[in-house]
Amino acid sequence: MAKRIACVDVSAWYGKTKAIEDVSMVIEPKSITALIGPSGCGKSTFLRTLNRMHEVQPRTRVEGRITLDDVDVYGPGVDPVSVRRTIGMVFQRANPFPTMSIYDNVASGLKLNGVKKKSELDAAVERSLQGANLWREVSTRLNRPGAGLSGGQQQRLCIARAIAVEPEVLLMDEPCSALDPISTLAIEDLMIELKDSYTIVIVTHNMQQAARVSDTTGFFTIDGPGTPGRLVEIDSTPKIFSNPTEKRTEDYITGRFG
Amino acid sequence: MTTVESGSLATAHAGGLRRRAVNRLATLLLGLAVAIALLPLALVLYYTVVKGLVRFGGYFLQHSMRGVGPIDPTGGAYHAIIGTLEQVGIATLVAVPIGLLAAVYTVEYGRGRLAATIRFFTDVMTGVPSIVAGLFIYAFWVLALGQGFSGFAAALALMILMLPTIVRSAEEMLKLVPDSLREAALALGIPRWRTIVSVVLPTASAGIVTGVMLAVARVAGETAPLLLTALNFDSINLDPFHGQQAALPTFIFAQAGQPQQVALDRAWAGALTLVLLILVLNLIARAIARRSRVHG
Repeated sequence: MAKRIACVDVSAWYGKTKAIEDVSMVIEPKSITALIGPSGCGKSTFLRTLNRMHEVQPRTRVEGRITLDDVDVYGPGVDPVSVRRTIGMVFQRANPFPTMSIYDNVASGLKLNGVKKKSELDAAVERSLQGANLWREVSTRLNRPGAGLSGGQQQRLCIARAIAVEPEVLLMDEPCSALDPISTLAIEDLMIELKDSYTIVIVTHNMQQAARVSDTTGFFTIDGPGTPGRLVEIDSTPKIFSNPTEKRTEDYITGRFG
Repeated sequence: MTTVESGSLATAHAGGLRRRAVNRLATLLLGLAVAIALLPLALVLYYTVVKGLVRFGGYFLQHSMRGVGPIDPTGGAYHAIIGTLEQVGIATLVAVPIGLLAAVYTVEYGRGRLAATIRFFTDVMTGVPSIVAGLFIYAFWVLALGQGFSGFAAALALMILMLPTIVRSAEEMLKLVPDSLREAALALGIPRWRTIVSVVLPTASAGIVTGVMLAVARVAGETAPLLLTALNFDSINLDPFHGQQAALPTFIFAQAGQPQQVALDRAWAGALTLVLLILVLNLIARAIARRSRVHG
């Protein structure tokens, strides 16, 4: 578990619009990498290129090289479906499957990929819900609909669903932006626990959150409207927040810009 | 100062009175519109029940019109119920898979010219008058292919009428499924077809079932296409593939066209049977949809 991601000159397009340009970084295993920056700077787009979710939308394109340990994610013959099985994702808005129970939501990734053995599914559901710190709250009502949980619980359900398929990497796209501070704290604690076994990349608008949970922070920005987003600087989190190399990073984190 | 304040308050108050009066008038008009819209429906149901109950009953449901003379107060719609169930059943069995697959294609996969073409033709087909569908099957299936009149020919005509309704309603329901659910499934490494079958379709199932039921209800009452394809028949014909077959609309049409009161009573009872049949089918479909939702 937990693999290293290396990106070299990654660019991505929506139609003719270039959303990110020449992003290069190395994401270390068993650590949390936070991506910060103003809205529209391409950090979410970059995140979605990592597990080939960018190409799900029509008329999109990705260039550059992304490797997961030794495997070229965009290499010929690489199935995007297997990439997504290896690199899990949690979205901004909790999106449990509305027709499924809590149990089925967590088991969905395994079930829909052909796992049928009840004992195996039971074990995976319990392990994942434990891992997402949700087991204590829902163990007595696994057959109830997942959409009946609170917002924070739904988001942890989505994390449980993502880790049930045992990915190597977990991508989180602003996972707390729709949550209250207590649920946010629960998810942040969870991320710190999860980094023992996963490579975690989180996109966040909340700089305190980046400072609290991450080991490495990357700062994205755009030069102006219509220009592609670029990675300005990536370094250890304490360095970014105390003594960044780039002036633009300092301006952003001290609130003079963005 | 005081005068200005009281003056502005008075204006505000007068404005409030006017607003409330307009509000009351608008509410009244809306209520009236609802009443006018519901009145025909209520009257139709009332007359169908009251007039239908004269002849409706176990005897009516269990006997055909075989050997019933013009003034005999006997006879029933058994043969027509069989015909309607078979014809509408076959039409539904053919139209639902085709319609659903077409909708899945245009919403989930179609980006090119083919999807646009399918959408254009479903729009055109929605406007096809039912007699034209009947005429087409009459010319193509009954005459050109020499298949003769049968319940199946009627089912084909009804299928043509159902298809665009099913495609359009299923499309609308699939579009209502949020993309975030598709993304959630794809991000779990679930293949696209699996995502559609196990996540998208179950989420849209209740709406799709409603759309199918609307299409069924619509064609179950169609008369014109049946007159050109299955004709009518006074006896029981269980085989939808060979020979003339009765159906409830053609039964009602034939009975209502006769001068005797007994025939008119039979027509009303036939209408009541048709309404009840659609109601029962509706309830069954809803029950199935609810069950599949819980287990999905």
